[in-house]
Amino acid sequence: MSVIVRDDGFHAEDFAGTAVEIASDIKSDELVQLASGADMVRILFPSFSDGRGFTLARRLRDAGYAGRLRAVGPVIADQYAMARRSGFDEVEIPDDLAARQPEEQWKFRADWRAHDYRARMKG
Amino acid sequence: MYEYSDFDEAFVRARAAQFRQQVERRLDGSLTEEEFRPLRLMNGLYLQLHAYMLRIAIPYGTLSAGQMRQLAMIAERWDEGYGHFTTRQNIQFNWPKLVDVPDIIDALADVQMHAIQTSGNTIRNTTTDVFAGAAADEIADPRPIAELIREWSTDHAEFQFLPRKFKIAITGTEADRAVIRAHDIGLQLVEKDGEIGLKVLVGGGLGRTPMLGQVIRDFLPVADLLPYLEAVISTYNLMGRRDNKYKARIKITVFENGLDAFKAAVEEEFARIRPTFSGVDQEILRVIAAQFAPPAFKNDPVDSYEAALSVDPVFRRWVARNITAHKVENHAIVTISLKEHGKTPGDATADQMRVMADLADRYGYGELRISHEQNVVLPHVAKADLPAVHAELLRAGLATANVGLLSDMICCPGMDYCALATARSIPVAENLATHFRDIGLEDEIGNLKIKISGCINACGHHHIGHIGILGLDRAGVENYQITLGGDAGPQAAIGDKTGPGFAYDEVVPAIERILRAYLALRESPAETFIDAFRRLGAAPFKEALYGENRDAA
Repeated sequence: MSVIVRDDGFHAEDFAGTAVEIASDIKSDELVQLASGADMVRILFPSFSDGRGFTLARRLRDAGYAGRLRAVGPVIADQYAMARRSGFDEVEIPDDLAARQPEEQWKFRADWRAHDYRARMKG
Repeated sequence: MYEYSDFDEAFVRARAAQFRQQVERRLDGSLTEEEFRPLRLMNGLYLQLHAYMLRIAIPYGTLSAGQMRQLAMIAERWDEGYGHFTTRQNIQFNWPKLVDVPDIIDALADVQMHAIQTSGNTIRNTTTDVFAGAAADEIADPRPIAELIREWSTDHAEFQFLPRKFKIAITGTEADRAVIRAHDIGLQLVEKDGEIGLKVLVGGGLGRTPMLGQVIRDFLPVADLLPYLEAVISTYNLMGRRDNKYKARIKITVFENGLDAFKAAVEEEFARIRPTFSGVDQEILRVIAAQFAPPAFKNDPVDSYEAALSVDPVFRRWVARNITAHKVENHAIVTISLKEHGKTPGDATADQMRVMADLADRYGYGELRISHEQNVVLPHVAKADLPAVHAELLRAGLATANVGLLSDMICCPGMDYCALATARSIPVAENLATHFRDIGLEDEIGNLKIKISGCINACGHHHIGHIGILGLDRAGVENYQITLGGDAGPQAAIGDKTGPGFAYDEVVPAIERILRAYLALRESPAETFIDAFRRLGAAPFKEALYGENRDAA
């Protein structure tokens, strides 16, 4: 099972529709087409140290995707701000990770809008 | 000099608090060692051979006297009383304890410093010309753009977990004292029709597969820089290899896909992303640039300086080696050599740091620089003050007059500190420096760049040394490979291997054979080693190294 993390903490799965799943090695030119019209896109992180998902999310948002966007995998609490800034709405983590890094460690970075140099530069 | 904005100040404080929490979470088990590793690395903390090592950022190599004093304080309070200045224009402390590091980070924040992104698979400290803002030959001071890049790249959400580390260098002059061709991205300020823009190179790097960067854009408007960097790095983030860390740098991505295909992907992304930048970054750049305005230079006459030159041979020798022309006639650029013969290149004690800070305050408008060649520079000193500066450097053991000579070597920490090293490098540097001083040939040999790495990762830049020395491990025995003909400047070149390597105690005699051949073959003392090498090729030097009968291929 897994836990959904949002700014206000941990949640159980509450999405019942069909989600499009995107692997991190997707071809850049297939990304937008695959996601178009989806209610939710799940971008899979094969490991926390593989940062491709952040670029994929940002590109999807820049291309106009407005649906729900979820990072799925062993993303760690310290990456929560990165995920949110890249355009993800939420993160789906495995239960054992949620037990090791409890809710308050994720809420510690719910301030992801603060101190964002890149947002300041982009305007 | 750049002063932190309220935004910078709030950021480094928040980041320090985050790191303190990360250390606590490592100690309580919330973070595994594997998870903690990239987090400590992106905050500058390495695990070395004997201890942790903290690498502190000195953005574009510029620091104030007050910041230098704080580094001295840190060296004494939390380390062993010295620090090591690196080819990345940073400083490393080799003996901090993990539990002390959050306090060190707070002490850095107190003087507007940090250790962010000095390691890890992130965008690293942007390096630049050590003489920026003082040199007579630059189009413009590159440091405002370096600071813009620092801010943009700091904690950039998309680029904290790249395939591999990412280094950007920028120069404001054709003379390229920043080795931009050996960086993941190299930037050169250029002028076209009265407008200043950037030549962009991509895919340079040393390491086990040395490559020189290729031009990807001849002229990029400054206003396009940040979106263009994003396009390059996000393309690399997706295209770069993650299956093999030795093939993960952008130089391999560019090489394997070809520059044209890589460039096409970059330009496509750039076209998408450019309109999302509002242009406010250019407003921020203007505010930054104003802070790099030169100081109000003194108008002191140079008579006393010229008098000292004519009567004091020690001063005269130091001026001849360690002084560079300044853009203002009655000023000079002072290079303080951290290459005393027989000492570790790039090391400075806390006392020496304080002497340099005091000199900067009294004679250098409060400013210091760290060069990628591991020396300290006072960028603006009135010539009238040079005799006093020299006298104080002499008292502190900092007046070694060897800039540009054989003993002014770049040298990595090697087996004495580094977990990756396969051979010692510091003792090789020490032996070379003392040997050539003792036989009295250092001055005769003149300008020469020797660079030493203690493993194939090439932190000592051996590929771009006129003479490069690479220490390897051959079945448990140190073996040193020699390369010739490399160069770091505008004529950048990767040196070629001469042939079989040499044992530890054969290195100094081998280098002496090469240099005696040079002295015998040069057209005149004005022909430097690298010029003679370019004229003659490698053959006579290989012959000197191996003898006529030995196959040196």
